Amino acid sequence: MDNFWITDKPIQVNDCIRKVTHPKAGAISTFIGIAREFTKGKQTLFLEYDAYVPMATKQLARIGMEIKQTCPEAEIAIAHRIGRLEISEVAVAIAVSTPHRDAAFKASRYAIERIKEIVPIWKKEHWVDGTKWIGNQKETTSYENKIPTKEEMH
Amino acid sequence: MIDLLFFAQLQEKVGSPKITIEANDISIKEIKEKFLAKYKMDHLLNEAMIAVNEEYSKEDAVVFSGDVVAFIPPVSGG
Repeated sequence: MDNFWITDKPIQVNDCIRKVTHPKAGAISTFIGIAREFTKGKQTLFLEYDAYVPMATKQLARIGMEIKQTCPEAEIAIAHRIGRLEISEVAVAIAVSTPHRDAAFKASRYAIERIKEIVPIWKKEHWVDGTKWIGNQKETTSYENKIPTKEEMH
Repeated sequence: MIDLLFFAQLQEKVGSPKITIEANDISIKEIKEKFLAKYKMDHLLNEAMIAVNEEYSKEDAVVFSGDVVAFIPPVSGG
């Protein structure tokens, strides 16, 4: 699972890109999630991420498998940061290579949406006047059966 | 012995990332009733997903000594 990792060190996006670069690839799509200062007008000082590291690593690899089911030629690498992040630091980096661009765009989008559903990582906002662990950001999932399924992807 | 893992707001409520309980052949639902009611965090537990040995599982799953049960609040990675 070398292509999927959780780290408390700054993420180098090029590490993800390098892992998916190979001769049969014709496109690499990257997605980079960074720490945002303002959410709905409220100022964030810094973010803190926690993870259930061994399971989160497995779930990132599962996302890679799901993408390969749709696009067997795809190569995927995902890195997610934990610990304290300053504004504009990279929280997550995704790179997907495919023979042609359309599949790469779709897969990187799929990966970030899926991270927000099934990967046990949590973000805590630190504001001037307090802190809060942020819950389900998609606000589309009831988690009624307590197991996120692939069908939840829209 | 079964290890119970807590994360994010659940961890803050429990005051620890891990609790070890003396139990065997017990459902997650029973664990919640017998061991977690005292923390007064039913709302948080009800919205949490459950993982047994690092795989998502359901509340009626039965676990045994040596298993690791994680309570996973709604995730917010990315």
